[in-house]
Amino acid sequence: MARYMLQRILIAVPVLIGVSIVVFLMLHSAGGDPAQQILGPRADAESIARLRDEMGLNRPLAVQYADFAQDALKGDLGRSYRSNDTVTDEVLSRFPATIELAMAAMLIGTTIGLIAGIVAGVRRDSFFDYSSTLGALLGISIPTFWLGMILIIVFGVELRWLPISGRVNPRLGADPSAPFLVIDSALHGNWVVFRDSLEHLILPALTLAGWPAAIVARMTRAAMIETMDLDYIRTARAKGLKESAVVRRHALRNAFIPVVTVVGLELGGLLGGAVVTETVFSWPGVGKLAADAILARDYQVVQGVVLLLAAIFIILNLLVDLIYSWLDPRIRYA
Amino acid sequence: MEILITEPLLDRAPRVGGRWKRIGRQFTRNRLAVAGTVILLALAVVAIVGPFLVADPRAQDVPNRFAHPSRDHWFGTDELGRDIFARTVNGARISLASALAAVAVALSIGTTIGLIAGYLEGKVGLWLMAFIDLLLAIPAILLAITLAARLGPGLTSAMIAAALVGLPAYARLARGSALAVKRQEYVTAAQVTGTSRAGIIRKHIFPNILTPVIIQSTIGVGNAILLVSALGYLGVGAQPPTSEWGRMLSDAQKYILTEPYIAIFPGVAIALTVIGFNLAGDGLRDAFDPVVKR
Repeated sequence: MARYMLQRILIAVPVLIGVSIVVFLMLHSAGGDPAQQILGPRADAESIARLRDEMGLNRPLAVQYADFAQDALKGDLGRSYRSNDTVTDEVLSRFPATIELAMAAMLIGTTIGLIAGIVAGVRRDSFFDYSSTLGALLGISIPTFWLGMILIIVFGVELRWLPISGRVNPRLGADPSAPFLVIDSALHGNWVVFRDSLEHLILPALTLAGWPAAIVARMTRAAMIETMDLDYIRTARAKGLKESAVVRRHALRNAFIPVVTVVGLELGGLLGGAVVTETVFSWPGVGKLAADAILARDYQVVQGVVLLLAAIFIILNLLVDLIYSWLDPRIRYA
Repeated sequence: MEILITEPLLDRAPRVGGRWKRIGRQFTRNRLAVAGTVILLALAVVAIVGPFLVADPRAQDVPNRFAHPSRDHWFGTDELGRDIFARTVNGARISLASALAAVAVALSIGTTIGLIAGYLEGKVGLWLMAFIDLLLAIPAILLAITLAARLGPGLTSAMIAAALVGLPAYARLARGSALAVKRQEYVTAAQVTGTSRAGIIRKHIFPNILTPVIIQSTIGVGNAILLVSALGYLGVGAQPPTSEWGRMLSDAQKYILTEPYIAIFPGVAIALTVIGFNLAGDGLRDAFDPVVKR
């Protein structure tokens, strides 16, 4: 197991380097001149040339990348030209809001997906099975941003039950960039902020949970159906176990293996989906930061966010691999 | 997965065209697949004929802005008094055409990379697949917005981004199939008789990987529509006054508190289209692969 883990970790390093090269090249090679974009359309040629020189844009791409990589290893990802803050600070200060949203969405998505998938798989061809299959189809077919807008219309505009933008009511004096606002305010006994931030979290989390709930439900149903037909389940039934015990004690563990993969991979997708969801709900996370930076052509910030999320995605994949091989020892020896 | 052991017995006497007949029968028996196909056919008609039959999607009628759905304006009018029905119908052509183009590009480049990587293996294959794995290591929407933003906002950029995001799936599929097929005896026979590498890939390996690629591309079009509309929504895809569905929804959100009906129809259109492609894709997969039925 230790050898397998080491192998997998060693593979992740070149992937990370490769991703940084791809992102760097995408933002630095083709397309317009960053110096021109920073100075605006009315800048004269001389100032553009001076800024290009200052930014090191006249050097060969390989040298620029080497510099960038060296700084990145020290935690320096450059500066945002809009705020003049360091990209690292900007990204790190927005990141906790994204984690809170993604965790809430994953929790909701996985719970709904697992329950729907298990029940649908065990009671195949029942009314519940058909409804959950239809629900899962809708979940993978409805665009995330539109789901968000529909939730806003129903729960925010028509019923007026929940707030539709931001993370917490600014009048309450809570810091909107605080990590885990919901849990933190509960721990400090600040129930007013707790209730308000929880209410702000519900709609974005439901929006972001739609896709993973659908994927997990589909995967769990297929895995349950496959497992329930296996011989060892027949044996368990034949020795007189109750059906609920057969499902709980025998089928679930086996069915969980493909589900773990999906959950891990979807968590990465969630971080990407956060860009869209955070834009719909003006949620102050890295997704909104990236979307705003792209429209303002603040490429240093875009680069920082993409690299951070890609790195997390790679690490999550690594973790999934390790959990997977722990659940199913055959994979280690394949 | 359910194993249908009766299937191989039915296949005892293969006739010319028998396989296709069986696949067709399997597909038409699947009610959901048929429903998906009907949705797609209806959409194709709307996309091809529709724009000629409806009002000009760019014609503004500001005094008549925010008109609610009525007999004159079936889906109502938007903030500039443009007819939302006309814009949604035109959007069908834009969305379908851009998604189909993105998938066509992704499919041809991805399949070519996969075939070469699978058939050659060795160093070339490893490097090609390492590049593909890199693309997969970046969350799809981030890869797409980075590229679309760099190319400059626009429908073409969104299409190129959707193609790049879709490409790895075809490459992996083609490589896997090519690896499996090349060990078959008839490929060895072709090698022995001196057929060139390109000839073997074209004549013997390519036809054998078509089925999984076709199935993947059906679902791929649905995903491309979702991605292109998301890019339009975020402002890096189609630009105004293009009546692209994602872009329309982005504009609609500005008025969501007072005129929420504007945000309904373009979203329904996206969802219906993607449902159509997903149902048809699932149906094709089950029809082509009758032994293992999910």
